[in-house]
Amino acid sequence: MADTHNGAIGAASTPVRKMDAAVTARLRGDTAFRVLMLALSFIAIVPLALILVYIVVRGASSINWAFLTQLPKPMGEAGGGISNAIVGTVILIVIASVISIPLGILAGIFLSERSQSRLGTVARLSVETLMGIPSIVIGIVAYTWIVKPMGHFSSLSGGVALAMIMLPVITLATEETLLLIPMTLREAALALGVSYPRMITRVILPSGMSGILTGVLLAVARGAGETAPLLFTAFGSPFMAANIFKPMESLPHTIFYYATSPYPEWQALAWGASFVLLVLVLALNVITKLVTSRWKIQF
Amino acid sequence: MKSERTSDTAFRTLLVLGGIAVSVLLIAIFLSLLLASRGAIVANGFRFITGSEWDPVTNSFHSLAFVVGTLITSLIALVIATILALALAILMGEYFRSGPLSAIMRTSVELLAGIPSVVYGFIGLFFFVPVVRVFQAALGLPPFGVGMFTTALLLAFMILPYSASIAREMITLVPSDLKEAALSLGATPSETIWKVTLPYASSGIMGGVLLSLGRALGETMAVTMVIGNANVLTFNIFAPGNTMASVIANEFSEASSNVYLASLIEIGLLLFVVSTLINIVGKVVVNRMAAR
Amino acid sequence: MEDSVLTNGKTILETRALVAGFDGKDIVKSVSLAVPEGRITAVMGPSGCGKTTFMRCINRMHELAANAQVSGEVLLDGEDVYRINPILLRRRIGMVFQRPNPFPTMSIYENVVAGYNLNGARMSRVERDRIVEETLRRVTLWDEVKDALYRRGTFLSGGQQQRLCIARALAMKPEILLLDEPTSALDPKATAAIEELVVSLKGVVTIIQVTHNIPQAARISDYTAFIHLGELVEFGPTKTLFTVPKDKRTEEYLSGKFG
Repeated sequence: MADTHNGAIGAASTPVRKMDAAVTARLRGDTAFRVLMLALSFIAIVPLALILVYIVVRGASSINWAFLTQLPKPMGEAGGGISNAIVGTVILIVIASVISIPLGILAGIFLSERSQSRLGTVARLSVETLMGIPSIVIGIVAYTWIVKPMGHFSSLSGGVALAMIMLPVITLATEETLLLIPMTLREAALALGVSYPRMITRVILPSGMSGILTGVLLAVARGAGETAPLLFTAFGSPFMAANIFKPMESLPHTIFYYATSPYPEWQALAWGASFVLLVLVLALNVITKLVTSRWKIQF
Repeated sequence: MKSERTSDTAFRTLLVLGGIAVSVLLIAIFLSLLLASRGAIVANGFRFITGSEWDPVTNSFHSLAFVVGTLITSLIALVIATILALALAILMGEYFRSGPLSAIMRTSVELLAGIPSVVYGFIGLFFFVPVVRVFQAALGLPPFGVGMFTTALLLAFMILPYSASIAREMITLVPSDLKEAALSLGATPSETIWKVTLPYASSGIMGGVLLSLGRALGETMAVTMVIGNANVLTFNIFAPGNTMASVIANEFSEASSNVYLASLIEIGLLLFVVSTLINIVGKVVVNRMAAR
Repeated sequence: MEDSVLTNGKTILETRALVAGFDGKDIVKSVSLAVPEGRITAVMGPSGCGKTTFMRCINRMHELAANAQVSGEVLLDGEDVYRINPILLRRRIGMVFQRPNPFPTMSIYENVVAGYNLNGARMSRVERDRIVEETLRRVTLWDEVKDALYRRGTFLSGGQQQRLCIARALAMKPEILLLDEPTSALDPKATAAIEELVVSLKGVVTIIQVTHNIPQAARISDYTAFIHLGELVEFGPTKTLFTVPKDKRTEEYLSGKFG
């Protein structure tokens, strides 16, 4: 390290003194650099952290039993709740999961088993591209596939849109997890005379379960927070969710709708809804970490 | 045993179908966008990309205003985010590589990455807009508060976690014996970072920048909430505007005519193509760095 | 070590002009070998000589790799293994790998009977218990794990894990047990335990063990096949091959000139 070098040399001759002086300047520059990095990082994280704290504090004050179980009141009236939004988000995620989880895991297994084949490369490219498609574009597609033919908004179309957003997350997480499982485990099963399907379903999948579960949880966290694809699929509704062929309210949409409204009562609803959504998303992330640390099998 | 052989083939076929399904899905998405916008593609012609007028009344639809809006907001956001993200990445990748502080930082960044866009938009409306308004008033500019600059600022914070994660990964990929060689020659840590680590990781970081750009292009909700929704072409970063994503979000459900809707879908198609291209290039660059 | 005289034992496995390789390149170049029943046959040779590839042709694991090719005959009890359904074949021939690999999501108990469970065999609880105890006793693991049968096997030491893997293979009551350098990842004490175990299995099951450890081959095997550059250089009773090798290459290998 430059420090010891500096300390060991005496101030005997001029060239050495010059080098000493240069070293001092460089060391000062080093400290300045470190301070700069710290400062910039501070600017990067702290404002947002503070804001989140504000949301928690402000939003938490809106939370009470009525808030969580009532429907929103008409404009101008105080009170009301977001029960329809909470139920709506749950239903939308359920619809999306039913579609995306089986297909996602299947495609993930395919990618991990047949990555060398031509279809494997095409499929992987497709999934990675799907991952990067702006969610509003997904919303347009779900609109043309379901809303347009049906003639009206529906939570079914919203669920389909969210499924398309969740699918690549689950697929890539599954593939990544399964690729980490060493070949010898597969061989051990095959050497016992176990058939290929059983080897995959009874040995490989269980071994990768924690990673797959992580992928699912992350996908759900992402899907629950998306608003854009719901704008013209599930749309929104002041009523309780009941019918998948009708429009449905959701947490993110509620936040958007009430935050951009001019009524303070509604804005208060938006703070509360933001709090609930944040808690949901952060809880999912924390659960993901727990799953990984407790269930993950290290190879 | 025949039944085993058939279940084996059935299973393998099922897997292949899964692979085919995802590939077909992508193609279907692209084709749907293309088909749904064909009326507009024909009606608007090539001027769609070069013209800046967007007037539903006269059925005159052109996307330049939104493309420019997207570029301005994204590029400014990218510059701000990259500087901050690099600082974070260097901090997490070099100075605090392990230990409790490092874990706290990494967790915070991950959690920040999970905040939904609409919540960022809400934050933008209630915190960034008033601040920018004050700033604008002080500078003698019209105090809109909303506008492309505010949007860029908000976007910067939104893509920051993602950007920082990739940059940190690229920095940790730099072989430690290179860094040690520099240190053993008497370089200070910051000089090592500046002259050895960053140059080595530069292509990967570049790729990360591109990927972040891809993310920024697609952001919708936060942008819609703070950009001011003005459909005019302007290079004044403090003025309101619109991006490709935000104009779709704003006007889609109100589109009154077929060609209006189809033109919005055409913008969606454009957005799809542009973000896909940028993501592919970014991914290729990042993978090349990881393969080294 | 018991006197290993070639007592005209029955041949249980025979390969005829077996050629195998990948991507157009042959690694095993026409090996014809007759393996005696109930004995321990070591297959030894320097790294890359093709001994593992050879062995993996016996239970048809070789063909699982992409671009694998194989020709020639492998006869189990006179039957061509390439005409038998590989899944059925692998239930008659067991394999133990270089690095111990118990199934991490299964308990020790489940690992032993994994071959049955994974194949959907219907057995009573009593039968399963019997197989588990019998097999674990056979590999001298019973006393060490009998109170931890339902725990995952990953807490066991390397040597214990390998014995568990041998148990897993033995539970299927195979005719042949293929051991692919089973002690190369283990410490000397564990190695000795495994060698003792292998020797104790003589007569119970035919053992073919790939090894590049010359002293080990000398210690435990009855017959030895020396493979070099994909060819079977020499095969015979271990004692004879080690003391009066017929081929110069064998002599050179044994004296450490290469490998």
